[in-house]
Amino acid sequence: MIERAVLTRADISRALVRISHEILEANRGSADLVLLGIPTRGVTLAHRIAAEIERIEPDGPVPVGTLDVTMYRDDLTLTRTRTPGPTHLPLRGIDGAVVVLVDDVLYSGRTIRAAFDALSDLGRARAVRLAVLVDRGHREFPIRADFIGKNLPSSARERVNVRLCEVDGDDAVTIAGGEAA
Amino acid sequence: MRHLLRTRDLTRDEAIHILDIALDMAAVQNREVKKLPTLRGKTVVNLFFEDSTRTRISFEAAAKRLSADVINFSARGSSISKGESLKDTAQTLQALGADGVVIRHPVSGAPQVLAVSGWITAGVINAGDGTHEHPTQGLLDAFTIRQRVHGAGARGRGLDGVRVIIVGDILHSRVARSNVWLLTTLGAHVHLVAPPTLLPVDTSGWPVTTGFDLDGALAGHPDVVMMLRIQEERMHGSFFPSSREYTRTWGLDGPRFRALQPDTIVMHPGPMNRGLEIAPIAADSPQSTVREQVANGVSVRMSALYVLLSGERETATVSGDGATEHHAIQQRSAAQ
Repeated sequence: MIERAVLTRADISRALVRISHEILEANRGSADLVLLGIPTRGVTLAHRIAAEIERIEPDGPVPVGTLDVTMYRDDLTLTRTRTPGPTHLPLRGIDGAVVVLVDDVLYSGRTIRAAFDALSDLGRARAVRLAVLVDRGHREFPIRADFIGKNLPSSARERVNVRLCEVDGDDAVTIAGGEAA
Repeated sequence: MRHLLRTRDLTRDEAIHILDIALDMAAVQNREVKKLPTLRGKTVVNLFFEDSTRTRISFEAAAKRLSADVINFSARGSSISKGESLKDTAQTLQALGADGVVIRHPVSGAPQVLAVSGWITAGVINAGDGTHEHPTQGLLDAFTIRQRVHGAGARGRGLDGVRVIIVGDILHSRVARSNVWLLTTLGAHVHLVAPPTLLPVDTSGWPVTTGFDLDGALAGHPDVVMMLRIQEERMHGSFFPSSREYTRTWGLDGPRFRALQPDTIVMHPGPMNRGLEIAPIAADSPQSTVREQVANGVSVRMSALYVLLSGERETATVSGDGATEHHAIQQRSAAQ
């Protein structure tokens, strides 16, 4: 299968720096920000963005958490049993916070829809935003991302792979399949 | 996994998988909204041919916290007391559209019959059958031990090297059997202590050591002491001369409890006979996990229900009249 690189390590790093600036700009600073990563790679990205925001505006640490949406998915009966992961909220909770959901790839939008349900069981955020590294289109819900690393128009037959150092040993976004299929 | 009938069949990975999911379910119990939408629209039937309030409400709480609909079906005062067969009861449940059946039955192997008979398509959870197994009790005990031993680092780990002694009526205890298989699968060493009359005749096929001497076993400083209930309802023979004598020889009384290492945990599946197999000083001490076991029971049962009832259902065939209803259910879900 042909695998073609879309983003290199440097591209990913630049995209995350830009997203961090955009989050700060939209929020006018880092007050009340809470970053929630969606496992697995969304969590890694959330930690990287938080570190970047703290570097740009050193107003103290940005709370980062993990939001597992498995139990809220609408496709649990369509695939084999999924393994849920832990949900960790920062100590302050999410009440009144501006929650930025962070995920690696935005595709059908079903994960994010599930995340909305999960969030509403945890508290009432003042606002919810969405940051993704790659937006590959093919939405099945009226959902869009506020902060996007790269728009990557793709065929539904293709597969977008995000690899991150902390999880996979290197940083890269690749696309595989498509024409060959 | 389609059914949970015995811990003897569980692999180490499967067991750890269920315990890890239970950890996430436990986190839900501490939230303000203690409910997940995961099993919305699924029906879980609690089919109890033996009285057990504790186990039934634990399963009921678990199913409700996953948003499943729960139907309680107890033998007393139902069609079963009028002589209905297990097959007819099962086909009734099938017609009701049960997705999961939690069954407790006085006959060993009844859940197995329900699972393999083809009468129903539902996933079956054994909630205690005769003197065979009670797998969710084994899982909640393993979960409780794992939390006490590994604390925050428990996820993904087994019970390697943990030394457990199980004391009491091993002969009639399905709790002991489920624990023997599960705890040893997870790497623990299990030692059984009982009066000779309450130990099965042949335990050579069990991965355990056995003995009659409680004081000798306690002198080895075990990590876990699990006391079993003396089940009055099963004491039809002369298994020991008197309850006083049982307490003196095999009960966890004050002096024995005080001689334990401070980090040895004391477990009991409940309900306790205070003063018989366990002294109040042991049951109410910080080393006792009795109340934790109850709370963990809900988390572990949520995990088991999730593992069994979510995911693509393997195709199952229904024999007899159930087939038409099953077909209707499939059509309904296809239309959604």
